[in-house]
Amino acid sequence: MEKEWFTISVYSENHVGLLNRISGIFLKRHINIESLNVSKSEIEGVSKFTIVIFSTEDWAIKIVNQIEKQVEVIKAYYHTDEETIYQESALFKIASALLFDERQIQNIIKEHHSQIVTVSREFFVLAKTGRRHEIDEMHEALEPYGIMQFVRTGRIAVSKAAMPITNLLAEFQNQ
Amino acid sequence: METLKAEKKDTKKKTAIRITGAEAIIHCLLAEGVDLIYGYPGGAIMPVYDELYKFQDRLTHILTRHEQGATHAAQGYARVSGRVGVAMATSGPGATNLVTGIADAQIDSTPMVCITGQVARHLLGSDAFQETDIVGISTPVTKWNYQITRADEIPEIMAKAFYIARSGRPGPVLVDITKNAQFDELDFVYEKCTGVRSYKPAPKPDMGAIEKAAELINNAKKPYIVFGQGVILGEAEEELKALVEKAGIPAAWTILGLSAMDTDHPLNMGMVGMHGNYGPNVLTNECDVLLAIGMRFDDRVTGNLETYAKQAKVIHFEIDPAEVNKNVKVDVAVLGNAKQTLELLLPLVNKNEHKEWVAEFEKKRQIEYDTVIDKDIYPTKPGLTMGEVIEQINVASGHKAVIVSDVGQHQMIACRYAKFKQTKSNITSGGLGTMGFALPAAIGAKMGAMEREVVAIIGDGGYQMTIQELGVIFQHNLPVKIVVLNNDHLGMVRQWQELFFERRYASTVMTNPDFVKIAEGYHIKARRVVERSDLKEAVEEMMASKDPYFLEVRVEKEDNVFPMVPTGASISDILLK
Repeated sequence: MEKEWFTISVYSENHVGLLNRISGIFLKRHINIESLNVSKSEIEGVSKFTIVIFSTEDWAIKIVNQIEKQVEVIKAYYHTDEETIYQESALFKIASALLFDERQIQNIIKEHHSQIVTVSREFFVLAKTGRRHEIDEMHEALEPYGIMQFVRTGRIAVSKAAMPITNLLAEFQNQ
Repeated sequence: METLKAEKKDTKKKTAIRITGAEAIIHCLLAEGVDLIYGYPGGAIMPVYDELYKFQDRLTHILTRHEQGATHAAQGYARVSGRVGVAMATSGPGATNLVTGIADAQIDSTPMVCITGQVARHLLGSDAFQETDIVGISTPVTKWNYQITRADEIPEIMAKAFYIARSGRPGPVLVDITKNAQFDELDFVYEKCTGVRSYKPAPKPDMGAIEKAAELINNAKKPYIVFGQGVILGEAEEELKALVEKAGIPAAWTILGLSAMDTDHPLNMGMVGMHGNYGPNVLTNECDVLLAIGMRFDDRVTGNLETYAKQAKVIHFEIDPAEVNKNVKVDVAVLGNAKQTLELLLPLVNKNEHKEWVAEFEKKRQIEYDTVIDKDIYPTKPGLTMGEVIEQINVASGHKAVIVSDVGQHQMIACRYAKFKQTKSNITSGGLGTMGFALPAAIGAKMGAMEREVVAIIGDGGYQMTIQELGVIFQHNLPVKIVVLNNDHLGMVRQWQELFFERRYASTVMTNPDFVKIAEGYHIKARRVVERSDLKEAVEEMMASKDPYFLEVRVEKEDNVFPMVPTGASISDILLK
């Protein structure tokens, strides 16, 4: 089976230690977590993990089953890239002098539709939100001029199809 | 907006009492019907032990001689009784010594609650004396775990712990309690947990899947059942028997399914797996419909998956959705508790017999009898065999004993040849293969079924891993019967070295102590058998004893267990010799 990118979305109770339990499921099977994001979800008190893996669908299914088996997990889903809307964000810290010495920097900022977050005497910070390759392209463009610091978030994604967690919670309650 | 409560609770109002966290733990245990726990005290759990002292008329604490013994005893207790076993230990090494038993309970789905003491909250993370992150350590091997740092969390978490341990597919739960939470007071009210929002213990049976399963069964020419511990845990023994008899389906068991069905039932064909019976293995690859009931297609059962039951339509009756399609792709998954799903299936199944198909099993059984079994249990050459010892125990116990086995050659022989009439009678470490399991597990098994005869079958290697638990048997005069099959070797590893490592016996030869003297040191009646002529009488004497009894049988040093499916081979290529 071909490997591809999968976004695993996990809705769970907000419980200390669950991250450890979930990451252990990947670790045990030597499946690398390419990116991980934990945040609140659309439902109050329910957390959402967004995990990206490069694996076969067979493994994605098994992983999702193992995750769902955890007591505090409400529901887990896996989606291909085509089935989701996804983005990442990145910050670039660059020496302020470059803004004046290198005219090209201003073009890069414009071409990549990035925002200037802050400017100080020593450095300025650029923010870029988009797909991974778009951020990579901007990184490539800026690299020759020197990047003081770079950081990128994990993927955040919403699925095109519904993930009906509210209904599920109501079902649990009525059991 | 979600306004649902995270936990469903019993709404009856109860009045609170003001007590310490330590006392609250005892009240929680009593409220869960616990009257027996195994454990070992230490600094961080002392407040709870102080309360155990006060409540000793209602709650018996058995001091094992090592914390690992406490977990295996709790497992043995749980496996014979179907109740939740409880083990308790202090922080640090006390807690880490529980880990092997917890891992064993996790892989063998045994309901167990472990309570560990922890350093006070303000010391957490400071590398305090006997501090260890047991919640972190036990996460991969527990069904659920939690660290309590405030006294007022105790009732809710304890209720949840017991509920999670016993519901659905059972498993071990660890609750770590900081020392301040044991000393501090709380307003105690106990409400049993009846549900956890995010947790679905057992899927509801789907009639569509059950109808599909019935259709496959009714059209099958060579249907075959392989059942596992799910039948015992789900208490589906009667339903299984009814299905086997109504549809005339030959059935075989995994090691943990043993005793779910009378071993003498004409349609009980024996054991599957690496050292299982010949017919049940080979015919898995000839059946047309395979019903896997409460089993998980472990690699020791399937051998090479590429050649496992490829010709068959597979129906998987399973409580844990994560087990479906994990190892073997199935055609129909019947999710749910086996008792419920089999009950729904039964009326849809036609009455049938599959005489020719059943005769295939009989033929294979005869081949195995002639080449292996006869020589194992009725040997004529010099040197005692493990098989003849098990057969003598069968005769002397009338197939009524609980047999607790350790891990290795003797385990395979015990499971191949022990006879059972009653369920929950075969206690062994199946998934984890924990040497040292049997002696403490036999203690728990005896205390979980005092009216029953409990015989522990142990090798000379595993026996020495937890031999200290003889102290418990002696102190409480527990009439456990201990049989050590001594071949002066780590027999199973030696067998593999003989077969696959050109007889290079690396670290498998043992110079053993005088086991009889050791037992006598604990004031346990002990006897050694070296001659076949003494065996019958010695086993009878042991079984007749009202007290604990130790029997060492010196068996052949280099006997092998056959049949055998070599690792990675197809079950069709099982070796008879």
